[in-house]
Amino acid sequence: MSRLNEANIILAKEIIGRYPKARSATIPLLHLSQQQNGYVTNAAIAHVAELVGATSAEVLGTATFYEMFKFEPVGKYLVNICGTMSCQLLGADELMHHAEERLGVKAGGTTADGMFTLEHAECQAACTEAPNMQVNYRHCHRMTTNAFDQLIEDLAAGRLDGEIPPHGTLARVRQQIPADKAAGVASLASPAAPAWFPAPEAKP
Amino acid sequence: MNTYPWAAGYIDDGDRPKIVTSRFHLEDSYTLERYHATGGYAGLRAALGRTPAQVHDEVRGATVLGRGGAGFPAGVKWGLMPAEKYPRYLVVNGDESEPGTYKDRLLMERDPHQLIEGSLIAAYAAGLAQVFLYIRGEMPLAHERVATALNEAYAAGYIGRNILGSSFSVDIVLHWGAGAYVVGEETALIESLEGKRGEPRLKPPYFPAAIGLYGQPTIVNNVETLSNLPWLLTNGAQAFTAIGTETSPGTRMVAVSGHVKRPGVYEIVNGTTTFRDLLYGDEFSQGIRDDNELKAFVPGGGSAPWFTPDQLDLPFEGKLVGAAGSMLGSGAIMVMDETTDIPKAALTLTHFYAAESCGQCTPCREGGTWLERVLQRIVDGRGTHADLDQLMEIGESICPGDFPHAASERLGLAATPFPYKMTTICFVGPSAYAPVHSALTLFRDEFEARIPASATRARKQIPVTAVGAH
Repeated sequence: MSRLNEANIILAKEIIGRYPKARSATIPLLHLSQQQNGYVTNAAIAHVAELVGATSAEVLGTATFYEMFKFEPVGKYLVNICGTMSCQLLGADELMHHAEERLGVKAGGTTADGMFTLEHAECQAACTEAPNMQVNYRHCHRMTTNAFDQLIEDLAAGRLDGEIPPHGTLARVRQQIPADKAAGVASLASPAAPAWFPAPEAKP
Repeated sequence: MNTYPWAAGYIDDGDRPKIVTSRFHLEDSYTLERYHATGGYAGLRAALGRTPAQVHDEVRGATVLGRGGAGFPAGVKWGLMPAEKYPRYLVVNGDESEPGTYKDRLLMERDPHQLIEGSLIAAYAAGLAQVFLYIRGEMPLAHERVATALNEAYAAGYIGRNILGSSFSVDIVLHWGAGAYVVGEETALIESLEGKRGEPRLKPPYFPAAIGLYGQPTIVNNVETLSNLPWLLTNGAQAFTAIGTETSPGTRMVAVSGHVKRPGVYEIVNGTTTFRDLLYGDEFSQGIRDDNELKAFVPGGGSAPWFTPDQLDLPFEGKLVGAAGSMLGSGAIMVMDETTDIPKAALTLTHFYAAESCGQCTPCREGGTWLERVLQRIVDGRGTHADLDQLMEIGESICPGDFPHAASERLGLAATPFPYKMTTICFVGPSAYAPVHSALTLFRDEFEARIPASATRARKQIPVTAVGAH
């Protein structure tokens, strides 16, 4: 069963309610489904489509555009090694080579125990801290081969469970918009200037 | 040396004015409590004490150039919306992913309330009825910090209905990206926010201010741009323009990475700080690693044409850098020393843009891919002399005419100024070509040295035979 579960349906409806058009919630809902199942299943695509009022093909079309959505199971930990300019200049190739040997898989592969998926990644916005990598998108700066081995050991032993959630969990804090404080969606159905915004005076 | 374990990369040696990084030295700078204790939300209070038009004038008067890449003044951008079309939206561009760029992530992780306050000021000044804060998906810490700050700010009455007891009401919605470089382009960002593939929209209209989110007037502002507004409203446009130059006032965040002794993210005085200061200055990156020679540097993110030591004394100023054949982009300098394998470096960047092409425009989708393939075979030692011309021909199909490049004393070459012409909807295609063109123009000998002696000089001509002629 990989449609959204009941708790996530409630959350999904709340997220949809924040946008003037439901379809805007497509990507957040795909993240939600990936958090629930570890990857985006066909049933989840169909369910997201129902919720946002789009076709499954439209949601699939959106989902496949974005690098973060996976359509088959990946490891508990997604290890992304940056290979863009500054990381490349400072040893990204060596780090990737080492990672492939240490994990025993090529880039794109998943270890037999289902713990690690190794990927080439593009710029991670940490260029001064090269070479960089991410584990489930959490940054690891100035990596060395020794630091990599230690990190893999710690992850495998569960020593970083408190810091790095399993693949699919994007952020552990969610925005809450309390109903009694919300200004409300700026609906397309009310095409007036906001009450607090004085329209420019009409030209004589 | 002033570095902080909680703000990896950020360095604030020296005595420079700080506008957007003034709290980075504080470990708990992201909390509402610390934000309050350091003057937080004073800019919003100042704004609410004036009319939206007065706030807009203040921002327009300060010439806050956009910090995302294009450098368009925020105050002017806000003025491009049609007068009678509502609702209007604000989309905050937190999709930082240009190679070399590292600033918006720091601003979101270290000072999320400053960004929220800046967004509220923009919404108030420009009559924007809802704010969508689009954060790159691969930045979970930024998401957590911004989500926490939004929750705190709602509880404290800074966001939502009747902000600080005024009639000003606006919601800020945190939105998750999912990994696509091209979404940093503002019309692609809007498509993505509509739940679609992040493909840039055909121009015109050139500005989403006219037709943006759901077809409505929409302002897209960069995280750093908006983060300037609280300070600007608290201290006034005059104080803002007293820093920097007339055409480039204020400060800018610049990341210097690659082969330097001390890579770092610095808040610099806009318009006057030179590349020599940034690469060699004591307050900044302190020289090339191992005291090597500087070979080349990318002055403004992976999309920017390269500079060589000839351009070191240029100040970090958009117009001057444009005239010299490149652009400041998103404040990202990547430094290559004498040991750099230039064809490999060009391949790395071209690979990035080829991989990130959305595929809409043929010159980018096909051209980027072919640039990468031809470069790859040259790097692998399987290239031919004709491949070098082939690269330029592919580039010509993406950017017809003279492509911008820097002057070179060594080569007796004059600069071709920015910008370029393009056959694509957005800049991703030209960006795939920029590193190739720079590397080939400035370091052609390194490409030729990679071509095996056995390679023929002439291009193979395939005879054309008329149908039925044999």
